[in-house]
Amino acid sequence: MKIIVLMKEVPDTYGERTLDLETGLLNRSASEPVLDEITERALEVALSHREKDANTEVVLLTVGPAGTLPATLRKGLAMGADRAVHVQDPALLGADLSLTAQVIAAAAKHIGFDLVIAGNASTDGGGGALPSMLTELFGVAGLASLSTVAIDELTVSGSCNTEFDSYEASIDLPGVISVTEALPDARFPNFKGIMAAKKKPFETLDLAQLGIVIDQETARSIVISAAQRPARNAGIRIEDAGDAGDQIAEFLAQNQLIKGRSA
Amino acid sequence: MIGYPANSILVLVEVSPSGQLRSGAAELIGAAASVGSAVALALAPTGNAERLGTELAALGAAQVLISETEEHASSVVVPAVDALAAAAAVVAPEAVLTANSIRGRDAAARFAARSGSALALDAVGISRDEEGIIAHHSVYGGAYLVDSAASTGALVITLRQGSSDLRSEAQPSNVQQLPVAASGAPEATITAYRETAAASSRPELRGADIVVSGGRGLGSGENFSLVEGLADALGGAIGASRAAVDAGYVAQTMQVGQTGVTVAPQLYIALGISGAIQHRAGMQTSKTIIAINKDPDAPIFDIADFGVVGDIFTVVPQLVAAIEAKRG
Ligand SMILES: Cc1cc2nc3c(=O)[nH]c(=O)nc-3n(C[C@H](O)[C@H](O)[C@H](O)COP(=O)(O)OP(=O)(O)OC[C@H]3O[C@@H](n4cnc5c(N)ncnc54)[C@H](O)[C@@H]3O)c2cc1C
Repeated sequence: MKIIVLMKEVPDTYGERTLDLETGLLNRSASEPVLDEITERALEVALSHREKDANTEVVLLTVGPAGTLPATLRKGLAMGADRAVHVQDPALLGADLSLTAQVIAAAAKHIGFDLVIAGNASTDGGGGALPSMLTELFGVAGLASLSTVAIDELTVSGSCNTEFDSYEASIDLPGVISVTEALPDARFPNFKGIMAAKKKPFETLDLAQLGIVIDQETARSIVISAAQRPARNAGIRIEDAGDAGDQIAEFLAQNQLIKGRSA
Repeated sequence: MIGYPANSILVLVEVSPSGQLRSGAAELIGAAASVGSAVALALAPTGNAERLGTELAALGAAQVLISETEEHASSVVVPAVDALAAAAAVVAPEAVLTANSIRGRDAAARFAARSGSALALDAVGISRDEEGIIAHHSVYGGAYLVDSAASTGALVITLRQGSSDLRSEAQPSNVQQLPVAASGAPEATITAYRETAAASSRPELRGADIVVSGGRGLGSGENFSLVEGLADALGGAIGASRAAVDAGYVAQTMQVGQTGVTVAPQLYIALGISGAIQHRAGMQTSKTIIAINKDPDAPIFDIADFGVVGDIFTVVPQLVAAIEAKRG
């Protein structure tokens, strides 16, 4: 089985993330880049399947600028993926979801796959839509936001907890799934993995190699303005001297936050 | 033939397998009606069109399209995408709006890919200017406000649940059955199903005016009754940190933060939560924040309007008693 795992580089959420207010784009240089944690969990799903079925190839796929991405992606290889494919092209700067989905779809077809696994949402852009878009573009079956996953030769099944219900479902392969952070943490790369990663195939493709010509007429989502919210300041802080509960109640009452007993 | 106004906003509302409207329809229709004429679309089992039409008109839908299908209960998303495509073809909407829920987002994303439309995710509001519909987003934990629009064609927008207070006036009922040609796109098979929509008397976390959240400091699932007691005294909803979810104290659906629910209530109370940046990302635009934590250096104090350095197990019971006393 061939599994493609979609990896995403994001600014580390432990640092401050900044937007360029002129372009509405992430300031990549301002924050430490890391693999999005959820995409590491997606990779963990693929790697644990390969432990059960040695006849599995795990390919990392990412789209993004040249800069730090190759080094960031190496971590995925060190964790155990077999090879990596990085699509980069200056024309992709500021690409919206539709263009990104088109590019990933073309690259995934170039690689070939039985299953594509992605995170259900990224920490930098809400997200959660890309796996669904790919499902549609491929014309295959998909399952979004799985909190458990079972993979066998012909099908993938799993469970999904939505806001209103929860269900178990399965799809026939080929297919696309996205996983939530209910899935196990990813393994850490060990020394052997880190050494091995240096020799693993790492393919870099541009749009021409994928046969993509950006159509200027296509509908795109464009940023029309970006503004920074004023930062929040700390207010009152007290040490509990035995009456803190009463003081909070007083603060709530002053701010009209205690409602009458209506119900 | 009926016509649809040029400013139609097509709104996909969610319906349970038995044909009941899910919460969230009023918010979606209210937002749509604030910028145009709301055309609500619902999928439902046969026999529900009239009733749903009346309910959706009462929420402000100028027109209602119902796709009655027996597949509704057994499918995940494909019939909804097919219905969106069929509805968009007759309505020619200026924008398409769904909830940013798991199903709503799945349907919106697939419809955008199928129709080649621009997609704006997780909006916290919509408006219009001379050139058309604009989606407003609150990004990086609310640190930035970003507006987006489509370069051409209808913008497909998913609206963050509980982010918009706009509600529309009732409209006269105007319901049509929508014939939908099945695309035949491969679909998942549901093998087990359970309703989880809370039979709780507490408000839903998303959109609640008051949220009381508990973290690892609670120490156990049983101790979460402390959080519940305070929430009930204030008529609030319950939230949690990821550490509390990971430790199994509460369900994942209660997680507030970067990878959980984003809330912006009038009042947010954090109990035994350190205030990691990823937690703050989901609550720092709350109007008033109160924190109780025994560590004076906990980062939650940096954004709290009222912080108490103290033990939740002594402060909270006193607080609950004082609230009851003030309410009389
Ligand atoms: C990619 C990513 C995404 C994440 N997404 C989220 C998210 O969506 N939401 C989220 O919350 N976290 C998220 N996290 C995790 C986040 O980094 C923190 O680990 C988490 O928020 C910590 O939860 P906590 O504050 O409950 O626990 P801790 O950080 O362990 O804090 C517990 C606090 O309780 C206090 N305490 C203990 N006992 C008492 C007592 N008796 N009285 C008063 N105070 C007491 C302690 O002083 C401490 O400050 C994410 C992390 C990553 C890397």
